[in-house]
Amino acid sequence: MKAVETIQYYPLGDSAIVIQLGNEISESIQHHISSICSFLEDYSFEGFIEYVPAFTTVTIFYDALITDYETAQSLLQDMLLEIMEGIEEKDAPVVEIPVLYGGTQGPDLSDVATHAGISETEVIALHTAGEYLVYMIGFAPGFPYLGGMNEKIATPRKETPRSKIAAGSVGIAGAQTGVYPIETPGGWQIIGQTPLKLFDVERQPPALLKAGDKLRFVAINEAEFNKIKGQANGD
Amino acid sequence: MGIKVVKGGLLTTVQDLGRKGYRKDGIIVSGAMDTLALEIGNLLLGNHAAEAGLECTLLGPNLLFETDQLVAITGGNLSPMVDGKPVKMWRPVFIPKGAMLCFGSAITGCRSYLTVFGGFDLPMVLGSYSTYLKAGFGGYEGRMLKKDDELPFKNIYKPNGAVFNWSAGQQLYPEFSDNEIRVMKGPEYELFTGQSIAGLFTDNYLITKEADRMGYRLEGPALLLPEPKEMLSSAVTFGTIQVTSNGAAILLMADHQTTGGYPRVLQVITADLTKLAQMKSGQQIRFKLVTLAEARQALLHREMQLKQLKQTITLKHI
Repeated sequence: MKAVETIQYYPLGDSAIVIQLGNEISESIQHHISSICSFLEDYSFEGFIEYVPAFTTVTIFYDALITDYETAQSLLQDMLLEIMEGIEEKDAPVVEIPVLYGGTQGPDLSDVATHAGISETEVIALHTAGEYLVYMIGFAPGFPYLGGMNEKIATPRKETPRSKIAAGSVGIAGAQTGVYPIETPGGWQIIGQTPLKLFDVERQPPALLKAGDKLRFVAINEAEFNKIKGQANGD
Repeated sequence: MGIKVVKGGLLTTVQDLGRKGYRKDGIIVSGAMDTLALEIGNLLLGNHAAEAGLECTLLGPNLLFETDQLVAITGGNLSPMVDGKPVKMWRPVFIPKGAMLCFGSAITGCRSYLTVFGGFDLPMVLGSYSTYLKAGFGGYEGRMLKKDDELPFKNIYKPNGAVFNWSAGQQLYPEFSDNEIRVMKGPEYELFTGQSIAGLFTDNYLITKEADRMGYRLEGPALLLPEPKEMLSSAVTFGTIQVTSNGAAILLMADHQTTGGYPRVLQVITADLTKLAQMKSGQQIRFKLVTLAEARQALLHREMQLKQLKQTITLKHI
């Protein structure tokens, strides 16, 4: 495992400490961040409230009435030493996300194909070929920031955002691809929809994905879409 | 039995101290904008600090009491009245069955909190009663209150001869007369150099019309970076001041997203979030820079006052 060159600690206000590992998006940094998070799941410290992983940072929120910044930093530094020694590259299981591409579920598939100068079938082939890494969850409940999309199908956002995008919509915005967990307005190019619920408040954990997960999109037909959707809704 | 909503008001939501532990899943904290007012409201009634209350914004609701109940109203003064007669804030108030609680004009602040004896009997979602408006869950059916909603009480107060001619808690509530908000340097503060932040602590920042539970857009001296900086998204929190690429400052409030991609120039200290929550569009803010140690000291001081208040109230209820 490649060592992380720079580790910085700094406060985010009076109730949070940030651990920053390097300055760039990389799988190796993400792997370190996931290791820190799983360690915190097992061994938190007094006053610990929660952590938020991002591309190069883990932000740890604490109760400032119970602990203070200096204590938190020294505990985290010790923890990191321990983690760095035992860290090893592990292959995360790959989560399969079934997607019905095109049609009413993916109204922008043809625009993406036109922009890339390839056929719709080729867009689907490229989108389903890659393995994607979940770098972080943010923006909306359960929304994954994914890395790994083939640049050939990168497409700018729509000039006029839609006021309503259905939950489960799979989209492309620039070089990013992602899935809308809840119905929201948005400007992404929508190429398909998954029948899975990326976010379900009744489920524990409520988010289907977490930082560090790997995923693959799998093309399905309408019958399969309806079947999975029925199961997801408990029909 | 509980409250029947006769008029929902501008934005009345069920809130507690926030939904904790789910930021990593992209689930926002929500919770009362002014957690101090809500906490004191619960203390006044002998409730657990984490009980839910109603956050009433500027134009409060009209609420019909279907049963006798003991309530407390804290936070901003929105001229509360029971059956047309003004009622005192910052104390337990007995409301008889069939009476109507209404609010009038905003005299101080802009958010009033209504707590009830024992709390509201609503389902907890992911460990909290707070309303997550955008995702549509928590609180009362995941939305703001409207006409004909019914909010049941956990307990019904039975008068026991206790006289509530005392008030408490207002002493530790901040003065609204000055506009000073204490801040710490944000993680990207040092990126802004010299000229670009010259006015940050000497000029006022105006809270624009774009001000809601998610955040306040501020207007004041532009905060420009010497050179454009590509930021990777990272966590933000209540009180984070982000700077957009055109130099505008956005102050994040209770319903802020979990992560953001703009430079974080300042961070409001926790102890001053209450004051901020009670400020409204058109008001000016003056930032004052403090250290992390001072920020924590302010928070510890407030907690000590809250503990004293709790003791005082416990004695009164006996």
